[in-house]
Amino acid sequence: MNKRIAAAAIAAAAVAVAGAASARDQVQIAGSSTVLPYAQIVAEAFGETYSNFKTPIVESGGSSGGLKEFCKGAGPATIDIANSSRPIRESEVKACADAGVTDIMEVRIGYDGIVFATDINGPDFAFTPADIYKALAADVVVDGALVPNPYETWKEVNPAFPDWKIAAYIPGEKHGTREVFEEKVLAHGCEETGAMKAMMDGGMEKKAAQEACIRVRKDGASIDIDGDYTETLSRIDANRTGVGVFGLAFYENNKDRLKVGTMSGVVPTTESIAAGEYPVSRPLFFYVKKAHLDVIPGLREYVEFFTADEMIGPAGPLANYGLVAAPKAEREALRARIAAGETM
Amino acid sequence: MADIAAPRRAASLAEVTPSLKKRRAAEARFKAYGIAAISVALFFLVALLSTVFYNGASAFQQTSIRLTVDLKQDVIDPQGRNTADAVMTGNVFRWGGLVDEALLSQLGIDPNDELLAADAQKLISGGARIYLRDYVAENLDQIGTKQEIWFLADGVVDAFMKGSISEETEESRRPIKDRQIAMLRQLEEAGALEKKFNTGLFTFGASSRAETAGVGAAMVGSMYMMLVVLALALPIGVAASIYLEEFAPKNRWTDLIEVNINNLAAVPSIVFGILGLAVFINFFGLPRSAALVGGLVLTLMTLPTIIIATRASLKAVPPSIREAALGVGASKMQAVFHHVLPLAMPGILTGTIIGLAQALGETAPLLMIGMVAFIADIPSGPTDPATALPVQIFMWANMAERAFVERTSAAIIVLLGFLLIMNVTAILLRKRFERRW
Repeated sequence: MNKRIAAAAIAAAAVAVAGAASARDQVQIAGSSTVLPYAQIVAEAFGETYSNFKTPIVESGGSSGGLKEFCKGAGPATIDIANSSRPIRESEVKACADAGVTDIMEVRIGYDGIVFATDINGPDFAFTPADIYKALAADVVVDGALVPNPYETWKEVNPAFPDWKIAAYIPGEKHGTREVFEEKVLAHGCEETGAMKAMMDGGMEKKAAQEACIRVRKDGASIDIDGDYTETLSRIDANRTGVGVFGLAFYENNKDRLKVGTMSGVVPTTESIAAGEYPVSRPLFFYVKKAHLDVIPGLREYVEFFTADEMIGPAGPLANYGLVAAPKAEREALRARIAAGETM
Repeated sequence: MADIAAPRRAASLAEVTPSLKKRRAAEARFKAYGIAAISVALFFLVALLSTVFYNGASAFQQTSIRLTVDLKQDVIDPQGRNTADAVMTGNVFRWGGLVDEALLSQLGIDPNDELLAADAQKLISGGARIYLRDYVAENLDQIGTKQEIWFLADGVVDAFMKGSISEETEESRRPIKDRQIAMLRQLEEAGALEKKFNTGLFTFGASSRAETAGVGAAMVGSMYMMLVVLALALPIGVAASIYLEEFAPKNRWTDLIEVNINNLAAVPSIVFGILGLAVFINFFGLPRSAALVGGLVLTLMTLPTIIIATRASLKAVPPSIREAALGVGASKMQAVFHHVLPLAMPGILTGTIIGLAQALGETAPLLMIGMVAFIADIPSGPTDPATALPVQIFMWANMAERAFVERTSAAIIVLLGFLLIMNVTAILLRKRFERRW
């Protein structure tokens, strides 16, 4: 028995060593959960189209999580691509450079809209950034003075809204979506309502005022969702008077359960986002390590496959899922940059 | 005698009765609490199981569409080589063309009516072309003939046929159009639309298309991990416990080790994932996302459970057995391996199986080592990228499409099935081999 145990242990150790010696033969990707479904579609189609390459592996984990993994270093033990729903930050580029990842290629795959939606039986909401700011910000202006947010119901925010208790499910801090929500909605609302001016008149530096602008209230009216949109949807199911923040693609897939609100009078659709009319949209990215392009089998082909019009074009499967395709000129410029191997 | 006894008994009864009543009431209350606790637990169990089965049962069937495909030689392999290699290589879209052609002729749609044709094409799974390619590669002699083949319907069609998308919903608010529903009715009348048993659920890997997504790759990944855990945790765990229980001197050091082992059993599993990332991937350079690394991490997590269970069952073997063996001249090692260990084996196996079942349901430690990922290929060895059953459940639960809801529950049913088998095995082993003294 003893000998058999020893033999098993040795066999297991041998397997471990053999594994360490073999190099990686497929692409590894991690990052944004917004980009994840698109990356899955492309990875799957890639595996089916190129029978000589394995299907790339796509991990989730959020934009920040993916970029952190990405900047751990170069070499086959690290991931090749980070998906991100926001541009890479300077601090992240620096962290990358410190770890030896210097040549990073940026690929902008298209656009995504962020929508505000309620339960299907809810009323029609016509939001403006100012409404959202007044409902969700930590400090708002009332009668010319800056006070902690006193609003309890949507009706108090804007008389056109229903008499619902304010409960908004917004993306948590680790989501790239949060940054867009802060920049495109809260910051604009802050200026429109005059809160920004009130803060600066109150002696705040501009930078501090900008930070205070995007601070959300902590009294339970604004709820951070750290999971995916399915969690937001189930919160709305549980609280029929809640307002949720979703990606356009998620809303498109659940139109029979959600009713979308307009923003500044524009209905979010792929068309209104492509035309630049809908204000809360953002580009989606992935970042590639240039040094890996000729080392990891299939990486170059994957990047070229992803950026072909058959994938990111307006008639491709990604647009079908809810991605807003970039204009033709932008797609062509992107392909030219990749062919030339341009880095950031 | 009777005269004296009777009043005394009466007196004592009068004294005891109130307290007796109290004690009986306390006992009845305690029983009621117990029954209440069990009922609450049962209620939640039934609620959980019934939702899972209610949501998941439909996933074991999948809508398929029968088409008569003309396997044209000049499209499939114009050079006429008719080898599997010639079929597998080349433009994959040519297969889609063959499927579309068959579908349009089945429905009697003019291919020049592009909008109508595009709506019709959405009824068939995007994976149909790959299915046809693989089918032809296996049936090379059918090239040039017409064949009746069942293809998977699109996930939206499947969700509609199962009633999770309602026809009553406004057309603009549901992902299926009125004229697509009319086409489905037409197919149904021709007997070309059926729900069949969903074998794909057990053979496919992850997919972005609900209808071609399965737990096959995840089951294989889980199996590799369990093999690694079994091969490492059982021998190491048993050896460590035998030493600690039978040979090690009782001093401050062994006490310290014991406290640490008990502590480790309570450490949150994510910590083992962080450890695995630092040690196995970053230091030893093992591949990311591999079942081997997952197995190693789960081994670390399972070891304390196995050690504690093994030590308990070694302790349960009466000292008389050891003393008798030593008394007839056996060495300490012979006494342990010939007499104590065989008697403790049922308890050890039970502990191991329960440890394995616990490891089978873990996702948190796998998050850190890249196993919570979209992995479409079925792993062919423990060093290949793999995912696990609970991870697949987690990934599907986050998908936006309605068709994934039932699949999530179906995957839960599969996982519960495995856990049930393992736990029943543990109970049977104990019942069959356990000895009592």
